Amino acid sequence: MASVTSQVLRAPEPTEPAKPKRRSARRVSGRWLLPAWGWLVIAWLCAPIIVMIVFGFNNTTGKFNIRWQGFTLRNYRNVFGIDGLTNALENSLGIAAISTVLATILGTFLGMALGRYRFRGSGSVTLLLFANIAAPEVVLGAAMLSMFLTLGVPRGYLTIVLAHVMFSLAYVAVTVRARMVGLDPSMEEAARDLGAGPVTTFFKVTLPIIMPGVLAGALLAFALSIDDYIITSFNSGNTVTFPLYVFGASRTGVPPQVNVMGTLIFMFGVLVAIFGALSSRRKRV
Amino acid sequence: MTAATIAPPTAPPATGKPRRAGWAAKLVPYWLVLPGWLWLAVFFIVPTVIMLSVSTMTGDIEAGFKQTFHWSTYTDAWSTYSVQFIRSLEYGAIATLLCILIGYPVAYWIAFRGGAHKSSLLFLLLLPFFVSFVIRTQSWNFMLSDNGMVLSRLRGWGVVSSHFHILQSSTAVVGGLTYNFLPFMVLPIYVALERVDPALLEASADLYASKFTALRKVVFPLSLPGVFAGVLLTFVPVAADYVNSSILGGPKTTMIGNIIQTQYFTNLNYPVAAALSFILMAILLVGVFLYARLLGTDDVLDAAAA
Repeated sequence: MASVTSQVLRAPEPTEPAKPKRRSARRVSGRWLLPAWGWLVIAWLCAPIIVMIVFGFNNTTGKFNIRWQGFTLRNYRNVFGIDGLTNALENSLGIAAISTVLATILGTFLGMALGRYRFRGSGSVTLLLFANIAAPEVVLGAAMLSMFLTLGVPRGYLTIVLAHVMFSLAYVAVTVRARMVGLDPSMEEAARDLGAGPVTTFFKVTLPIIMPGVLAGALLAFALSIDDYIITSFNSGNTVTFPLYVFGASRTGVPPQVNVMGTLIFMFGVLVAIFGALSSRRKRV
Repeated sequence: MTAATIAPPTAPPATGKPRRAGWAAKLVPYWLVLPGWLWLAVFFIVPTVIMLSVSTMTGDIEAGFKQTFHWSTYTDAWSTYSVQFIRSLEYGAIATLLCILIGYPVAYWIAFRGGAHKSSLLFLLLLPFFVSFVIRTQSWNFMLSDNGMVLSRLRGWGVVSSHFHILQSSTAVVGGLTYNFLPFMVLPIYVALERVDPALLEASADLYASKFTALRKVVFPLSLPGVFAGVLLTFVPVAADYVNSSILGGPKTTMIGNIIQTQYFTNLNYPVAAALSFILMAILLVGVFLYARLLGTDDVLDAAAA
């Protein structure tokens, strides 16, 4: 499909005519060509976000939020003005919270076992995690749906939670395992020699050390859950989550409240990330 | 394999206390693995087996489906929807290639020229992940629509004719897929490039290699594991995606994910839907496992986690 390729390549290319005039010309162009490309790609990546934020302030009349009609804060005052949307957001946050807790607990144990112990069958567990991460989302969703249909399980809030834990626990396990591999086992041995039981050792020694990995895994699980559309759409029944609402609305017209909620979630995520980065930097110093 | 021995990272000879490795201690890793394993068994392995069984049933939604080991559903499904299968793999391949072409220079730029701002630049690159995938795709639909900000402006400048559309074309779908999965390509390549020892570059310069030769013969081969991990992280989700083709595409860009969804929810033809899912999984997973076998499962998993 050569035509597709050539059309898609419309992505802004820094046009740099070859200038063999001066010997240094090539080196100079090489110096700014790469940053220019990098910034262009970053601008491309951020364009939809900027549009989303800006059109949250759009003074729309009627249902459609397409043309710029002036600045307003009305959409922010009226964020929870659409019952279906508010309900969808509540569902998403609730499901993300529950499934994050479950996936973090299950995934942390798995990651600890794989990172610390050599045991019969560990290879097949790794393979299972790998298959779970590598399997296409449509297939994961379709397989769960097949099971629920066959067993006559009604789909809704609960089945979404079950699905979200299923697809995010492997990510937590992999993250925790990476942290666990770097852990010095003599710490735990020392705790045991000093008379701490396995539970005390876990909570007072192991957990604090692997905490960054656990937290990173939990954040990942939360982000995956709140963002998921494909697997959720297969197992949602009549329950609507935030991505499902937006997808449904994309056919009829997305209300500006979606932009506002998207902006608020974005800001929250960015603040958490910056705060995390700053606090970890401070600790290192 | 003498079960549960503690595996220290530096792996000194296992002189560790054989006294303590009693029965209870040997079982520790199994207790740790059990809950997560059970969850995956019940909600990942069992459903997959059930889906396999559903795929060979016959019947309809009214009368119910019965197991008849009707394997020809597979050949029928393939011959009916091979166009969409091939299209999905094609879009996946093109988008993955575009991700490499667009993303590699960016990863190179951040890894070698990022200086003190590396983490800030990476953060900018990851900003899209703080916005829902569906919203980002919807945002492109909004920008590229016929009356949207891009086309109406271009039309005003006389750059494009009034018959020019972007939406509903394969360009829009592949563009959206490339956009959505680009960071998954840049990150592993960046991680691989970051591990390249600068001393190697100095050495190649000392040996009179030009910058380009050093890139081609030293840096690029060393970054290949990152490229491989990136291909894995982008190709599978791109080929199986249907959000982009639903929001940005039209009837001519239907991908196999759309078909599976329609078969489940509109046509209520569960055997065909299950068979299609299975074929898709077989194609992608067999590909992925061969690919991972070639490169080592752990390496790819670690690269994916990094």
